[in-house]
Amino acid sequence: MRLFALAVYLFLYVPIAVIAVFAFNGGRSATQLQGFSVQWFGRALSNPFVVDAFRTSLTVALASATLATVFGTMAALVLPQARPRLRAAFDALIYVAVMVPGIVIGIATLIALVTVFGWVNPVLAAVWPGEAPPQLGLGYGSLIAAHGLFALALVVLLVRARVAGMDRSLVEASADLGATPWGTFRQVTLPQIFPGILAGFLLAFTFSFDDFIIAFFVAGPQTTLPIYVFSSIRRGVTPEINAIGAMVLAASLTLLVVAQLLLRRGTSRARG
Amino acid sequence: MARRRIGATLLLAPAGLWLLAMLVLPLVVVLVFSFGERGPAGGYAPAFTLANFLNLGSRGAAFRNTLVLAPLGTLACLLIAYPLAYVLAMRVGERWRTVLLVLVIVPFWTSILIRTYAWIFLLGGQGIPKLLGWLGLGQPMLINTPFSVLVGIVYGYLPLMVFPIYVSLERLDKRLLEAADDLGAPPWRSFWQITLPLSLPGVATGCLLVFILLMGEFLIPAMLGGGKVFFVGNALVDLFLQSRNWAFGSAVAMALVVVMLVTVTVYMRLMRRWGGGRDDVALM
Repeated sequence: MRLFALAVYLFLYVPIAVIAVFAFNGGRSATQLQGFSVQWFGRALSNPFVVDAFRTSLTVALASATLATVFGTMAALVLPQARPRLRAAFDALIYVAVMVPGIVIGIATLIALVTVFGWVNPVLAAVWPGEAPPQLGLGYGSLIAAHGLFALALVVLLVRARVAGMDRSLVEASADLGATPWGTFRQVTLPQIFPGILAGFLLAFTFSFDDFIIAFFVAGPQTTLPIYVFSSIRRGVTPEINAIGAMVLAASLTLLVVAQLLLRRGTSRARG
Repeated sequence: MARRRIGATLLLAPAGLWLLAMLVLPLVVVLVFSFGERGPAGGYAPAFTLANFLNLGSRGAAFRNTLVLAPLGTLACLLIAYPLAYVLAMRVGERWRTVLLVLVIVPFWTSILIRTYAWIFLLGGQGIPKLLGWLGLGQPMLINTPFSVLVGIVYGYLPLMVFPIYVSLERLDKRLLEAADDLGAPPWRSFWQITLPLSLPGVATGCLLVFILLMGEFLIPAMLGGGKVFFVGNALVDLFLQSRNWAFGSAVAMALVVVMLVTVTVYMRLMRRWGGGRDDVALM
């Protein structure tokens, strides 16, 4: 039994280790080790396409995770008090957002936005007072909005679980003692739900940063890091991809560890 | 009370509008387009026809592959995940348990693209086949086969299966097992009659999660199937980005969602019946 478990752990981690090892390859070959060097990391970091793609991914992930966390937390907080019908409709939409495959969301967003832009752009051109009317198109906006959708559903689910487990009497006590609603939120509610909010933000960020399939459809002229890596692999396997992969893996591992530490601190603080 | 409700509605508004604009509107557009025609230069032309749905058979291979490999992949994940979750929940001490569990979950939160890329490497001509050849076992073609796609699936989704099974095994009342032991039941019997039935909710949840994600899979078959093993997801990418037939593509997407909903509903019904009408079975 234990041997089996060991084998599974090897299965999980050997491929990751192989990527990391080959990233330090001295030669040009992606499949044969020829000495040790860090040249491929240098190459990847000085490749303008990689840097650009990384910047796009980071911007989109930060923006979509932030917006989704703020709006999702707001929604999760008031959902218990909303009209039953509104709440049921909202719950159903969150469920659909999580259930429908990413590829369908990507396609649907692509054709809906292209169609809407096709109607709006001529109108904008007609009513625009200046010389060059703005052209709506796919890009940062559509990436952030599409990633934000799934992130929003994630945040609502996580924060709601926290809100449900919250001690309501503390909120009432705070109000009875004359605290303003904002004061109650900051000093009573927020510390209790903070771990949920943080977890939601980090999962939303990771999701957006790693997502390929939705971005593939709605990125327009932009290139995210996963899109860059995917198209490079199509062109052939090089140690540079290994270097990028090793860096991405290292970054997400660091993020996960930081998240764990923060979450643990958040929980102990919430418990007082 | 009225003021609180208005406040609540205002706080709900941004999230609600987001869901309407980025989820409801796009899905409605797909539904409408699926009854339309391909435009002369690709894209969509308004029409009302069932031709797209009648033509679904032309992508039958993609649906067949998905409906065979998604359940098979789920089963493979289950067969590996269950013993692992069992060891973690029953055979490992408190101290190591959390660390080992985190080690299973961590890969799931790193890039699936990069993790799948690792297998192009390992299964490709210079990887495991070469190793096997060196051991005198011949050089089998591993990549671009259903086998390589299955390996990628198990590698990608194993953590998602382990976690719910672990949770249900960990919650299991260990006194039941002690009682069975005291009453002289052999280990296999207490496993068969106590552990397995009580862990079924976790099994059901894990299978559901993995199956749902596999139905919409694109990356793994695209990278490890080499155009020979393709899912509905690959057909969709082809239809929207290569042949630009939005109307037919929308019909394929609708069909995928419907097939998914039907299988999931039937599955949940079955699980509920086997679970003796218990509500917690198969809930996420």
